[in-house]
Amino acid sequence: MADWKAGDAVPELRVTPDKYLTNRYAGASGDFNPIHIDADFAKSVGLPSNILHGLYSMGLVAKAAAQGLGDGDPRALKKLTVQFRGMGLPEQEIVVTGSVKEVEGDRVTVDLEAAQGDNRIIRNARAELEL
Amino acid sequence: MAIKTDAVGKSWPSTTYQVGREKIREYATVLGIENPVHYDVGAAREAGFRDVVAPPMFAVVYSMHALAPAMFDPEVGMNFATMVHGGQTFEWDEPACSGDEITTTAKCVSIEEKLGNGFYVFETTSVNGAGAEVVRGTWTNIVRGV
Repeated sequence: MADWKAGDAVPELRVTPDKYLTNRYAGASGDFNPIHIDADFAKSVGLPSNILHGLYSMGLVAKAAAQGLGDGDPRALKKLTVQFRGMGLPEQEIVVTGSVKEVEGDRVTVDLEAAQGDNRIIRNARAELEL
Repeated sequence: MAIKTDAVGKSWPSTTYQVGREKIREYATVLGIENPVHYDVGAAREAGFRDVVAPPMFAVVYSMHALAPAMFDPEVGMNFATMVHGGQTFEWDEPACSGDEITTTAKCVSIEEKLGNGFYVFETTSVNGAGAEVVRGTWTNIVRGV
């Protein structure tokens, strides 16, 4: 049985991706889109600088949910839905926060978001876990 | 100009990806995921896995191979200059472990115009060598000003 109840806060996850994180994530994921790894290219298409991969930020949301509630068990996370909004930037702290929406037996539904300061880069994230 | 919807319902050839321990290690390291089941076969087996197990979001690594030809298909016709990844859903079932051969199929489920923007939705379905579903992904790409 999960010890969680509606309204409980998910333990906060704070990560500051370093300057070269997007290069390492590109290698790990296979997504080498230059908007993520080449600041000059990114600026040439109107972006402030090279931006984080949305799926990297989603990976942090998944990590926050799985570690915060599921003790890091990779079987715990059953479903994750996110909306990508503001652009994430390297070298700025990402804070993932969330709260428990619903508990039904072993099934826990959680609402989450990821932000860099006032810039909410992932909104309306919803995770379903089996604990 | 009305948005082109010919590709709705179209599927693309499946791709097969072999999951490996070092790729899992690389992915887990970048995300800072420290559970030893992603690094050490002994720890993974002790926790009940066949081999080193991938974090759930490793799904992007093997799904992307099937999705890329769909996204770049001229019949879909997305304008990459104004495209953003708007939303994403994954639903997980069987865990992906090192040694698994995961076959993924991509399909275009809808193309719609809303307030002048194009919403292109693809679904990927991934199964392992035993035929069990590993993950289902729903990928929403938004093209501004169609």
